[in-house]
Amino acid sequence: MAKITAWDRVMLARKMDRPKALDYINGLFDDFIELHGDRNFGDDKAIVGGIATFEGMPVTVIGEQKGKKAKENMERNFGMPNPEGYRKALRLMKQAEKFNRPIITFIDTPGAYPGMGAEERGQGEAIARNLFEMSKLEVPIICVVIGEGSSGGALAIAVGDRIAMLENAVYSILSPEGFASILYKDSSKAKEAAGDMKATAKDLKDFGIIDKIIKEPEGGAQEDIEMVLKELKSYIKKSLKELSTLSKKELVENRYEKFRTMC
Amino acid sequence: MVIDKVKKVNEKEEKRVKNEKASDMMIGKWVKCDNCKEILYKDDLHQNLSVCPNCGKHFRLSSRRRIKQIADEGTFKEIGGDIVTKDPLNFKGYMKKVEMLKEKTKIEEAVKCGICEIEGEKTVLAVMDGNFLMGSMGSAVGERITLAIETAAKKKLPLVIFCVSGGARMQEGMISLMQMAKTSSALTKLDKAGQLYISVLTDPTTGGVTASFASLGDIILAEPHALIGFAGPRVIEQTINQKLPEGFQRSEFLLEHGFIDKIVERKDMKSTIAKLIRLHKA
Repeated sequence: MAKITAWDRVMLARKMDRPKALDYINGLFDDFIELHGDRNFGDDKAIVGGIATFEGMPVTVIGEQKGKKAKENMERNFGMPNPEGYRKALRLMKQAEKFNRPIITFIDTPGAYPGMGAEERGQGEAIARNLFEMSKLEVPIICVVIGEGSSGGALAIAVGDRIAMLENAVYSILSPEGFASILYKDSSKAKEAAGDMKATAKDLKDFGIIDKIIKEPEGGAQEDIEMVLKELKSYIKKSLKELSTLSKKELVENRYEKFRTMC
Repeated sequence: MVIDKVKKVNEKEEKRVKNEKASDMMIGKWVKCDNCKEILYKDDLHQNLSVCPNCGKHFRLSSRRRIKQIADEGTFKEIGGDIVTKDPLNFKGYMKKVEMLKEKTKIEEAVKCGICEIEGEKTVLAVMDGNFLMGSMGSAVGERITLAIETAAKKKLPLVIFCVSGGARMQEGMISLMQMAKTSSALTKLDKAGQLYISVLTDPTTGGVTASFASLGDIILAEPHALIGFAGPRVIEQTINQKLPEGFQRSEFLLEHGFIDKIVERKDMKSTIAKLIRLHKA
């Protein structure tokens, strides 16, 4: 088999039929009840969230949701959240903290939506607030990058105690196209940029930015989601078990140190 | 009189005035305000805190000039000055560019942090500098800011950060993105220590800096007409395929939409900050 390049992975991560957040939520958890709205402006369909059980234990789950068909993708705004999406996520995370539920998030976005309304409603503030609040939540947080994790829009739900990444997922400072257009003044050099950015699961594991690479079947996660679910399930189980031994203080202190020392 | 001054500028430089758009493009001893087009004597401009005496446009400031305007004379003691740029991606040409910039700007990175006095009030002050890779945040900027925040928390001092940034530093990839999480979580420590954090947004504050510490001040001030936003105007225009209205993402717009507390002119900045600090003293 030919070597899979970083650009190949970008293409795999963006595939329309690649499993999306809801596929993982439905595959990993039982009793999922979706909860809506940020109690302030609206309900952002690019972020889904709610309560479910993981092996009988109540958990809060949140995911950036792309569509698997063109129409759904439009409704989901291609997985690009507006501020109300991040504020909904934060509301659900604070709720999880109140009821002492672990949080599991799924990251899959081309980035926070760069629209006029998003700016008017404080996209920057919404992301910043999530980073601030997530870093002090007193419940375990496990984050899984399942597809594209692009920029601050991804990080806004990815400040966790454990960060896993699917083998073909990409987690980057911005899209390879954007990177190429800024640094090479030529967006057609995206393929080259994809490699230079060092944004594959392996690169990020080497940097210590992620903790775990979840294997995918040949051709990508859509070829055998059960295989991915199985490894993911055991990783979440193991992580929750480890994290449950920590006091709230230790949990928050360890999370602080994790981000303090990784970069 | 202005006409007379213009005549003194030789032809070549006149051409440059026409060609250069940047507001702080200096032409010998003269500078043209890109807002009102007035030709200004550089020394006069600096005497006036780098604010156009004609139209009030706030020119961009180097960290050196900013510190001079805000800190009491001789009180600024730098912290974190030994934290220097790293090249985690081994990105071609990056370190060379950094070295060149150091030489040109005489500063080591896009932020300078320290402890100083502001009207006698002991304060941790961090000042970003747009002359250094557009004030972008890589590991050195993130680390210096984090150290400043931690110092304020530990020493129980107020913190003031002057922001100017194009966002996260692309050349350091994901390491840059993680600085957003690092600086934001450091602010939880300051919060817990019950200390005041004043964030001052200056032209331009965008991207990863807006989406982290810049937006997390207990009190957020801004200079007049500064560009402040998450996405850059060009990106938004490309996305929505239309031109943005005049004044979009400017300080006045953010005030209107509830994202900053107050717009403060440069001449009042030091006294406003000092007053706010005094109001928070136990």
